[in-house]
This record gives sequence, C-alpha cells and structure tokens, in this order.
Amino acid sequence: MNGIAFTLRALHHGERHLAGQLIAVAERHRTEHEVHHVARDLAAWSRAHVASLAEAARAHGLDLDGSPGAPATGATGVLSTLREKTAEAVGRRPEPGLLLLRDLRELHLSAAENSLYWEMLAQAAQATKDDELLAVVSSCHPQTLRQMRWTNTLIKNLSPQVLTCP
Amino acid sequence: MDSSVDRIARPWGSRTPYDRHASWPARVDTHLEAGVAPEQVQRWVRAASILHSDGDAMDIAVVDGRTAGVRGRVDDRVNRGRLGPKDAFGWQANSSSGRLTRPLVREDGRLVECDWDTAMERVTSRSRELLTRRGPGSIGFYTSGQLYLEEYYTLAVLARAGIGTSHLDGNTRLCTATAGEALKESFGCDGQPGSYDDIDHADVIALFGHNIAETQPVQWMRILDRLEGGDPPRLVCVDPRPTRVARRAAVHLAPRVGTNVALLNALLHEIIRAGRVDHDYVRTHTVGFEELASRVEECTPEWAARICDVPAASIRAAADLLGAADRLLSTVLQGVYQSHQATAAAVQINNLHLVRGMLGRPGAGVLQMNGQPTAQNTRECGADGDLPGFRNWQNDDHVADLARVWNVEPSTIPHHTPPTHAMQMFRYAEQGSIRMLWISGTNPAVSLPELARVRSILQQERLFVVVQDLFLTETARLADVVLPAATWGEKTGTATNADRTVHLSEKAVEPPGEARPDLDVFLDYAARMDFRDKDGGPLITWHDPESAFEAWKRCSAGRPCDYTGLTYAKLRGASGVQWPCNEQAPDGTPRLYADGVAWAHPDVCESYGKDLVTGAADDVVEYRSLNPDGKAVIRAADYLPPHEAPDEDHPFQLTTGRTLYHFHTRTKTARAPQLNAAAPDVWVEASASDAAALGLHEGDLVEVGTRRGAVRGRLRVTDIRPGLLFLPFHYGYWDTEGGHGPGGGMPGRAANETTVTDWDPASKQPLFKTAAAALRLVERGDGRVAPAPTTTASAPSRADAAPATVGGPTALVTESSVPARDRRAQEAP
Ligand code: SF4
Repeated sequence: MNGIAFTLRALHHGERHLAGQLIAVAERHRTEHEVHHVARDLAAWSRAHVASLAEAARAHGLDLDGSPGAPATGATGVLSTLREKTAEAVGRRPEPGLLLLRDLRELHLSAAENSLYWEMLAQAAQATKDDELLAVVSSCHPQTLRQMRWTNTLIKNLSPQVLTCP
Repeated sequence: MDSSVDRIARPWGSRTPYDRHASWPARVDTHLEAGVAPEQVQRWVRAASILHSDGDAMDIAVVDGRTAGVRGRVDDRVNRGRLGPKDAFGWQANSSSGRLTRPLVREDGRLVECDWDTAMERVTSRSRELLTRRGPGSIGFYTSGQLYLEEYYTLAVLARAGIGTSHLDGNTRLCTATAGEALKESFGCDGQPGSYDDIDHADVIALFGHNIAETQPVQWMRILDRLEGGDPPRLVCVDPRPTRVARRAAVHLAPRVGTNVALLNALLHEIIRAGRVDHDYVRTHTVGFEELASRVEECTPEWAARICDVPAASIRAAADLLGAADRLLSTVLQGVYQSHQATAAAVQINNLHLVRGMLGRPGAGVLQMNGQPTAQNTRECGADGDLPGFRNWQNDDHVADLARVWNVEPSTIPHHTPPTHAMQMFRYAEQGSIRMLWISGTNPAVSLPELARVRSILQQERLFVVVQDLFLTETARLADVVLPAATWGEKTGTATNADRTVHLSEKAVEPPGEARPDLDVFLDYAARMDFRDKDGGPLITWHDPESAFEAWKRCSAGRPCDYTGLTYAKLRGASGVQWPCNEQAPDGTPRLYADGVAWAHPDVCESYGKDLVTGAADDVVEYRSLNPDGKAVIRAADYLPPHEAPDEDHPFQLTTGRTLYHFHTRTKTARAPQLNAAAPDVWVEASASDAAALGLHEGDLVEVGTRRGAVRGRLRVTDIRPGLLFLPFHYGYWDTEGGHGPGGGMPGRAANETTVTDWDPASKQPLFKTAAAALRLVERGDGRVAPAPTTTASAPSRADAAPATVGGPTALVTESSVPARDRRAQEAP
C-alpha cells in the first residue's frame, strides 16, 4: 500500500470514528440542547466524507466501506437508553458540565486529526496532479475545519461558567 | 368627514387609496371610553404603541387623572394618525382589576404583600450573598422587549459593570434575535436598512413568513391603501397559512415548514440563472458572490419543489417577480425567525437584495422585522446578548471604549465570552450554576418552549426568582419576590420601532398603588448595591428618564445607533425621528446604506460573523481576510433537513404563532374586553382534507400532542397547507384555575406545552415552528365552533362554518379624514 492509500484508509477510519463520536455525544448530552442537535447535523458531514473517501479510494485500488458505519461503542440499544436516562437524571447537576467539556475536547482532537490527514492528502494530490482527489479534499476539508471551530467555540463559551461556578 | 367603524369586525378600517410615489394620506383614528366626548378630554399626552413593533404614535386622553382613550397622531411618519385594533383597545388593561399594587415576597411557600424596603432588601441581600459565595456568574437577568430604552440601558450598565455578569438577555431572543443576527452577518452590524416609507415606492413587496396583516396591522393598512391606488405593488407571500397577505398575493408559496433555505436557494438560483444580478453593485459593495453562485447552482426550482412541496412553476413565478422588480421591498418575521435554519434563511433574503442591488433607495429595502415594541432598544442598549451601542465583544478597542464611557476598567466588563443567551441562562439555572434570575416585563412560563421544563426550572428551591411585572403572571406566581411595575402611560421613556423611529412616551397618569416605573426599580437596586466606578464614584449617575437618556446618548456617540442629535425637547416637537440622528443628520436617517455598506469594516463591525450551521464564531483574522474593506458579506448556506420530522406516531407538522387580537402572553390584550372577546381561547387549525380524512369537523374538541406535551382546543378547519396544524401561542393559565400551569387534571392550553427545546445555532432563537405532532378527537363539537376569529388567517374554509367575528357598539372607532394641507411633502422616488 502506498502513502496515499494509507492516508485514505486512516482518514476513512477517522471520519467514521468522528461520526460515531458525534452521535454518541449527542445522545449523552440530550439536555444540552444545542450540542445535541448540532452534533447530529455535523455527524452527517462526516458520514458524507466517509462515502466520498470510499469513492476516491477506489481509484487507488482500495476497497473501503462507503456506508456510514456503526456509531461509536454503546451509542445504540440498551446502553444508549441508559445514557438518555442518565442524561435526564443528572440534568440538574453541574458535573455534566465537566463531562461535556471532556467530550467536546475529544471531538475537537478527532476533528483536528482528520484535518491533518486532509492536509496531507491535499499536498499529495497536488504533487501527483490528482485533480479528482483534490476536488474531494476541497469539498470536505472545510467542513472538518468547521467541526473544529464549533467544538472550539463551545469550549470557550462554556468553560467560564462550568469551571468557575460550582 | 368622520365615520365610525367596528374595528374588531373590520380590523384594518376604511381605505384611503393612494398612488405609487405619493405619500400616504393621513386619517385620525380615535377611541374613547363610553360616555366620554372628545371635548371632555382634559389633556392629550404623547405616547407610542407598546403592543407590537409598528411604533404607532398616539396620544393618550386624560380625564380626571385617568386614561380615557387614545387617538392616532396625525403628523407621525409611522402611522399618519391610524390605530390598529390593539392600539385602540389595549390601553384598558392598565386600569383592569388585578394590577399588582404592592410588592410580594414568598413566606412559607405563599406570596404575601410587603413594602418596597422589605422586597428590595431580599433582592439585594441575596445578590450580595451570591456575589461573595459564588461570583457574578451565579446571577442572571432576563428582560423584555416592552420596557423603555432608558430602562434597558440602566439594566445593561448595572448587570455588566455593576454585577459583572455575562448573563443578561431579553425575550427579544424569542422574537427578533434572528433579525439582529442576520443584519450582523450581512452588514457587519445590527440596524434596519429600510424604512416603512418604502411601502410607498415599491413595485414588488415580498413577505417572507411575515403575516403583517396581523402583526403590524397599521403597515398592512398602508399596503392595502396602495393596492387600491394607482400603480399598485404586486405581493409575493411565503406562508403555510392562508393569511390575508396570502389572499392578496400575486404569488403565494405555502412551503412545508422548516424548508425556507431550500426555497430561498432556488429563488437565488433562478435570479442568477436569468441574469438578473446587478453586477456593478455586487462588485462595488459586496464580497462572497462567487461562493453563493456556486452553492445555489444545483438548487433548481424542481429540486426545491420536492423539498418544500410547492409547485416549481410557482417558485419560478416568484423568482420572476423578484428578479424583474424595479424597487423591491422584502419583509421578514417569525415564519423565518422561529423556524429551522432561521439565520441562514434570513441571510438569504439579505442576499437577494444584495445581488439585485436593492438597498438604500426609496422602495428598495429590507425590513428584518421585530415583533415587540422595543425589541430594537433591547438590542442597541445591550440588554440582550450584545454589548451596548452595537459594540463588538471580540474587539478589545470596543470594550475599552465602553469602559471609558462607564469609567470602569475594561476587565470589569465580562467579554471573554459572548453574552449568554436566554436559553443557555435557563440551562445554567437548571444545572444550578445560576442561582438568581431577575425577570422583568416578560413571562417565560408561557413564552418559552417546552413549558413543563421551564416550570420545573423556575420552581427549584435553590433558584431565587425575582419577577417585575404589572400582573400576577404565570411566572410571577412562581417567584420568590414580585415587584409591581408601572407601564405605558404611567411612566416616561423612549421606544424605537422596527424601522429605527424613536418616539417619546410620556407619563399621563399615576401608576396604581405602589407600582413603580422599571427605571426607578433598577436605580433603587443600583443605589442599594452601591455600585462604583473606578474612581470610587457611583457607577450610575442618572436619576430619571431624561438623565438616563442623556447618559445613553454618550454611549451611542459615534456608533451606528447614534442618538446624539436627539433630546426629549426635540422628540416633543417632530414626531418620530429615525436614528442615526447626530450633527451630520439632525433630522434623522430614513435609510441606511444609501452609499454602500458603512459598518462592516473589521475595525468597526459589531460581529465578525458566525458559521450559519454550527454557530461557531469567526475571529478577526478570518474576517479581515474575507472582508478587508468592510463591504456587505454575501453568505451562502446549504439546506439541512429539520431536526424533528413527522413519523407514524406524530404524522403532522405543527406550527404556532400570534394572531391579530392578542399580543405576547395576553397579559394585557386578554384584559381588553373587545380583544379578548374576539379570540377568547386557544383553538387548533387543520386543513379541510386532513379534517375530512380523520372525520373531524369545525368545533370538535381535539388534542394536539407532541413528544413534550399536549394542548386541547376546538378545531377550526381552514385552507392551511395539508399536513400542517396551527396553534395560536401564548394562551396561558393566569385566568384558569391552574394559575401557572395546567393543574388539577386540566389539559394544556399554552401552545408551548408542545414545542421543542431547540434553537438556531447562530441567533440562538428558539424554534416554535417545526414540531411533529399527532391529532386526535376528544369530544364532538355538536354544533359548537372554535373560538377563532373569522377575520384573519384562521377564517374557516367554508365561509358559513362559523359566525363572523364582530365587536359591536363598544368596538367602534372614529375615523376622521384630514385635509390635504396637513399631508407631508412628497418624497422623491
Ligand atoms: S408574540 Fe411573542 S414572539 Fe411574537 S412578536 Fe410578540 S413577543 Fe415576539
């Protein structure tokens, strides 16, 4: 497997993972209404990235799964119901704020990792004059950056209240 | 000539037709208490309406120290003497029984009367205790769109620099936050670009989710008068309900709710495809056109038709009208602002005007409307999620400038995060990090989404709730301290309407009992808390409305909402002046952006913009590279499906809204007998085909249920779009046994029992228009009819299904025509 194929595979994994994480965070923080809804909208972007990457990978002799993939561990079924209940039960307590900040940090790091992979692909696509791959990168990468800006904004806005108000 | 008109039966009165580019003929509407003749009126005191955002100028009739009626002010630019039905009858609420006359405090679970000292002492001692034990982040303020400028400004100073909290917002969050946000996104700054006078000159008027006939009835009279005159405008209406506007429209689009962005992208697609772009304007005054053109390239009318469920041919017809207009006026309200992708959609309407170069000339304008009378003041004074004077919280120079005005250190003013929006404040209260919430002039226990949740937050033991209002509202019943407030006619202050027109409203009569103006309450609190500036002097140096106004003028100086050219004396002369009003524009400014966009430069703009999908804030570096020269920003947006879609259990979409005869949570309008009788209780609207499919008829008692809750009401079968249900919002519980909620096994009556807690990520405005719902029969009507008016969008689809709404003898308003010499000079087109 050459470097491009390796990067495609890694990013494909990263986007699937992020899609799953976003859905899991949306479920875990049902009582944080904005997080809940926006995370689901943003998961759709990552799912679309997965499909585009699978398509692009074919040209590189790679067979990647284009389906959206399962949400991150435990986000469906019993566990998710459990999480919903927990979200409701702890909705009145401040600790979920800390939990939320932790989850947002993790989302941010995953998106940042994906973003770096997109950069690598963009450079490789330019070096090899691979216009198709470049087109995929230029349509997807901006959305990854927006995912990062979203987590960044939320962390910035929530931290003062969550960290200073007991 | 005078005539008397039943203004419940004929809410928009008689016609005074006029031609395009002429000025709107004046007519004076008067309504006096039974038995009071005009000659008996001892004083006429100037005021402006506070029951909607028109800013109708009126005079209050005073007889023996009490209010005895109103008349429209003939020389005012806004209404030219006319009154809407809410203006004509709403004043009676001031003297209705049940006004709060003494402060109340909670003792052993019950609210008991006390004196002001006791009540204020409770508020200040709790404030001090929280400040020491938990810090300024534990205190939040939630205010209104119905107080006066002087009051908001005082509140903003005491909250931001006195307490030092980020938690201050207005209920304008539910109402017009998207208008403000959309203006900031496109023009870098809040402030209405257009003017109501644009109605006189436009050849096409497009109303996007704006039922102007019911929310701003006086400006609808103006449109009706133009429709009857020479060279009438053609109307484009986007609304899922058969509103009066829809019935008069050349093109009516009734899209599936939650799909506005798809529809607007198709309209933009067509306009660009047909070559109707004003390229000169776009080049000189905007950035971002290329991006928009490429993003809407695939958004054909056929594509949108599938998403919105409207005919592609109608989308094309609408695009034709918009694209060929010579002077286009667009107006926007809750059908956009309270719906899915609110800011993204409102911004696309700005884009329509930018690509067509339709701004800054008579007739070419955008009205991103307000619902409430002083929503604009909340925004400009920073009593919502903004800093005063449209300053940018991300710009250190702006914060330093504000600190100079207030004589405090910049670090005193919290600006490390954006000011907290109302929905987040309630979330912090739910979690327990906000421990005191001071609510002035609004009623969240009826107006916020998902009422069961809101009630449970307000009822928490650990949350100290202060409510300042006229009546024992649903929210006041849940408070720990209730402060009786004076209102319109009982206090002095200025109000700025949706088209930037400033009016002075003066005190005409004494407030009842010990009720006090909101300004006095805030000043009293600031004095008791002993807030200081950085030199140890008092932070708040003013003591009455006029000195508060003068203080605000210093804060507004040099900012877009510059009031420095105004004084109380001047406002007592000319009626209705539009800001900015300063040395350069001593008579005010009819339209912003006559020569390009003035306030979008990175150094002066109020906001660097936000991501329309995620709400993430852009920073100055990004903004500078996008828009170094401070032009208008064309921001494209992709359509996203709504968050809640109908399914098997909840097969309908549900939308909610205001109707002509009521305002906000009916605190005042339900206490005006004529208005209350015209729409006394909640009802449910469904289409004729849906009703037939379910075997339901006019007057059947039905229940609308969503995942949050249920509301019961009688069914009105209308021409609403199939698949959609409508509930009038803001019927509450104060006049029921429950008091603050649907207690005692009583079914829900407030539409917000059903609505979802979800908001637009950019403007943070809650969504009241996109729930999925079920409809079921509770009990047959057996000849009864729904308590819905027949004069409005809720008119039955079969005309004989319900008796016509009439007001009778007590609803007569005198309409007097005015000789032409009083008419204003014509404005050149
Ligand atoms: S009824 Fe409520 S949402 Fe509508 S305009 Fe009035 S305050 Fe705003």
